[in-house]
Amino acid sequence: MKFSLSWLKEYLKTDKSLDEILHWLTMVGLEVEGVEDRAKLLKEFVVGHVLEAKQHPDADRLQVLQVDNGAETLEVVCGAPNARAGMKGIFAGNGSYIPGLDVTLKTTKIRGITSNGMMLSEREIGLSDEHDGIIEVAAHLDIGSSAAEALGLMDPVIDIAITPNRGDCLGVYGIARDLAATDVGTLKPLSIPNIKGAFKSPINVNLNFDDDHTDACPIFSGRYIKGVKNGESPQWLKDKLLAIGLRPISALVDITNYMTIAHCRPLHVFDADRINGNINIRMAKENEKMLALDGKEYEMDAEMTVIADDQGAEGLAGVIGGERTSVSENTVNVLLETAYFSPVRTAMTGRKLNLQSDARFRFERGVDPAFLRDATEIATQMILDLCGGEPSEMIITGSEPDWKRNYFLRNTRVKDLGGVDISAERTQEILEALGFKVTAVEGGWEVIVPSWRYDVVGEADLVEEVLRINGFNAIPIVPMEPLTALPHGAINLTQDRRSRARRTLATRGITEVVTFSFLHADQANLFGGSPKSIELVNPISNDFSVMRPSILPNLISAISRNADRGYKDSALFEIGPQFSGENPDDEIIVATGIRGGKETPRNWSCASREVDVFDVKADILAVLQQVGGPAASAQITQGAPAWYHPGKSGTLQLGPKLILAHFGELHPTILKAMDVEGPLVGFEIFLDNAPLPKTTDKSRPALNLSPFQSVERDFSFIVESNITAENIVRAALMADRDLITDVVVFDVFNGGSLGAEELSIGITVKLEPTKATLTDSEIEAVSEKIIANIEKQTGGSLRG
Amino acid sequence: MMDNLDALELELTGMISDAADINVLEQVRILALGKKGNITALMKGLGAMEPKERKAAGQELNIFKQKISDLLDTRKLEIENTSLDARLAEEKIDVTLPIRPEELGTIHPISQTTDELISIFGEMGFVVAEGPNIEEDWYNFTALNIPVDHPARQEHDTFYINAEKEGQRMVLRTHTSPVQIRTMQTQKPPIRIIVPGRTYRCDHDATHSPMFHQIEGLVIDEATHMGHLKGCLIEMCRAFFALDELPVRFRPSYFPFTEPSAEVDIGCSFGDGTLKIGEGDDWLEILGSGMVNPNVLENCGIDSTKYQGFAFGMGIERMAMLKYGIPDLRTFYDSDIRWLKHYGFHPLDVPSLVSRAGL
Repeated sequence: MKFSLSWLKEYLKTDKSLDEILHWLTMVGLEVEGVEDRAKLLKEFVVGHVLEAKQHPDADRLQVLQVDNGAETLEVVCGAPNARAGMKGIFAGNGSYIPGLDVTLKTTKIRGITSNGMMLSEREIGLSDEHDGIIEVAAHLDIGSSAAEALGLMDPVIDIAITPNRGDCLGVYGIARDLAATDVGTLKPLSIPNIKGAFKSPINVNLNFDDDHTDACPIFSGRYIKGVKNGESPQWLKDKLLAIGLRPISALVDITNYMTIAHCRPLHVFDADRINGNINIRMAKENEKMLALDGKEYEMDAEMTVIADDQGAEGLAGVIGGERTSVSENTVNVLLETAYFSPVRTAMTGRKLNLQSDARFRFERGVDPAFLRDATEIATQMILDLCGGEPSEMIITGSEPDWKRNYFLRNTRVKDLGGVDISAERTQEILEALGFKVTAVEGGWEVIVPSWRYDVVGEADLVEEVLRINGFNAIPIVPMEPLTALPHGAINLTQDRRSRARRTLATRGITEVVTFSFLHADQANLFGGSPKSIELVNPISNDFSVMRPSILPNLISAISRNADRGYKDSALFEIGPQFSGENPDDEIIVATGIRGGKETPRNWSCASREVDVFDVKADILAVLQQVGGPAASAQITQGAPAWYHPGKSGTLQLGPKLILAHFGELHPTILKAMDVEGPLVGFEIFLDNAPLPKTTDKSRPALNLSPFQSVERDFSFIVESNITAENIVRAALMADRDLITDVVVFDVFNGGSLGAEELSIGITVKLEPTKATLTDSEIEAVSEKIIANIEKQTGGSLRG
Repeated sequence: MMDNLDALELELTGMISDAADINVLEQVRILALGKKGNITALMKGLGAMEPKERKAAGQELNIFKQKISDLLDTRKLEIENTSLDARLAEEKIDVTLPIRPEELGTIHPISQTTDELISIFGEMGFVVAEGPNIEEDWYNFTALNIPVDHPARQEHDTFYINAEKEGQRMVLRTHTSPVQIRTMQTQKPPIRIIVPGRTYRCDHDATHSPMFHQIEGLVIDEATHMGHLKGCLIEMCRAFFALDELPVRFRPSYFPFTEPSAEVDIGCSFGDGTLKIGEGDDWLEILGSGMVNPNVLENCGIDSTKYQGFAFGMGIERMAMLKYGIPDLRTFYDSDIRWLKHYGFHPLDVPSLVSRAGL
């Protein structure tokens, strides 16, 4: 909402500076978004007098001017066709900044002649797009005087943001009223003319609604005015509108714009001679059409309100007027309309037709339902003053919608909710200044809300009114009371595990990313797909059209984008939600990662190596170790979902149903479908599936360190190739659970002299005695047990 | 015999000091102390002497033997040291060679900033609450006092999915505020929660992302008022930006779910076109807040005549951008490894208010 300082001061008596006014605007909740202090912007420019204008000797389109800037006479090269000797314009000297050109002037030679400044066009000054010639100002102005003053631009223009609840401040008068409640100034009372009509309006206005639609327009007020002359507005009105960016059109139109900005009271003026019969305000007929003032034809439905004559719709209520009955310079008789239209219906109509207007913006936030007659009087007087004519008696149809509400404000409530002591007198004074009717009763006040304050619907709103006008700065700062002497921890175990997983993965060389929760349906389908229920109805684009069933596709795309930029060896992870349906339980937090390229890049010291499945297996185990609890003893099984390589993938689980993680190489078909170069390895850790520890006991079991020397023995077995390393290790461990503390696989070999279906696995078994140092025969006995158990469990044989 | 010792000493001493390597020195040792060595021979000769003479000669010979033995040891150490020095000199390597490749990942600024805010609010007794990304219309709007015809519910602001609940299409939550509702429905006051999480709005341009993160706060008890709201948020801002004197300003605003409502600005300056947080002549809006609207309490079954409190919300990316000078919102979700290395955090950089270094 833009308005000029002088406009505000028409309603607000104040001796405060612009800066103080700006401060208080923001502090009462009317946030200042910008101030255009054009006097400041134009302060370097002065009125210049062109003493002489001669053709440039070397350029057809240029003239060489002698310009008196009040201090000296300077030579200026100028290309404007309207530059001529004797005129006065706006002069910019060397060193001044030209906003429209974004340059700082300096002496330049133009085709051999030195130019010492510039005569400015409106565009160069930043006033408009006008660039056909330089500005010409009135001849009586003093040479060297301020350009801002010469152009009538001394008045600062203030732009404020109005929150959606404060429709009443979409008029300058409403803003003045808010400020007047503070000590910035006092509100000047509006003088409402009392106009006597000499005749009855020849056009009747009827509100035609069925019982379901009476809210659409409960009241209409207006006047017929005959014999007007619709010329240009006077300069003061044009200046007012121009200052806030509204183009003056004609006196009648400018008056409606003035009423909108000054009083938040959109109204409409019809050319009465173009109205066919009488006015009916009614719901539109289905598919009824109207050519609007913006030159577009709109098709309406039966929930939109129109102002119609016998021929059809000629105004879309609260939104825009019709072209057919619009005023022109030839207009002689007019019908003034000041109506109240339903905020909700106006908003719906505007939304459906995708039509925004100053009127809609106000009606949908609610205009003052009790400010119709007065507005009609003010507007009529303006029409009479600017256009002449003879007014009819006032037309009033319908009745004011019921806006009266009152609430009880407890005298303790401002202190209890707002935390600040404000005296009863000041409380009452603030509310009354804002237009509330306040009656002191036992324990507080009965407060009647003014007609223009839709937003006030309870005691808390009254507290807010008092607090904001008194100033939020006045509320004393109070530290939060501690609930316990020491805080009891902000995150729970589940959240803590995610945090540990995050930092564990990063220490393992994987970089955390955050990607969107939605993706392209094609990508979702590669990873199990998303049900129809979690497809977006209104996605930004097809690339973000379904909720992700897995984080992997986003990471694969990210790896690919980085590779395209020349970063082929990258490892990325994300800890975030994935979705299998619309219910809260269908959303799980997964730690997902991808490694691509080389795990060990080329270097001078050791061989480089591509990423492989065991890199991501290590990632998972590191995370599960941090997760703690039973997860550490998860079983690893071969295979994972279809998006993994069927032979190079695994699953970690606790029991047959509880899946903790998948890992493996990504399936080549998936990578091909996503047009990504592989191989890539990845993992998905279902953190929240990991059972929480059964106890919160932090103590650890006693540590029994054996004083006796441990012994290591190596064995190699030849087994069928379907036997896993896990089978062998487990069989070795089981051979003597007391003595054997560790089994390490040091070699896996196939080919050579081995059969096609054979495999050789070498293990080192560590024996740690607790009672006495092992004798050779004891070691021999354990070795026999190990060999026997492995041969029994795996069908393999000791390699000779 | 003893007269010969001086000559022998001269000879052996010369040989020992001349020995250039361990092998030569060993030859000298054998020559002197070996089974057939000179000194060994002399020792053997003692047996033929008179007992009286033998004692004196024996003593002298033992001293001599010890002396030669010591000389041999000393020389041996000398030779060893010299050859060690020579070997070490030969073993010199180029220490400017790079280390073997090792990779350290980084923590995303959104996670780090979230952890920072949790660590601050945690000190004030807040606990983290969470809720679903896919929400019911009632939780996202109605319960928060956002009327059915509110513009925020339009398709150009809110993402809807096909699924419906209670005849209303479900939404991707537009803010973390529905978690306030879920918490108040299930938990009795006093309540002190913060809610970090993903949020979604139909915007995609230079300053808007269709997905972004918010952190929400809610305090409900019988006594918390706007002075506490100010105290809480001023402390938060100052701890977060590690600026003890950071100016913080509260100005009236409007949110359907709070009454009164306040937007919170921090002091800053825009000198030379760069934003600097702290003392300055300008203000920067960073969060919205207010006293919980009594309608919201009643919607959750909490008696609004007994309980009150405040709520606030802020954009996590925005906080990160301001604190760490990250210029562009969209880059947060690009997964560009160069950006992540530059703006990301060391995994051991776990936010805590314990360190004077600040968050």
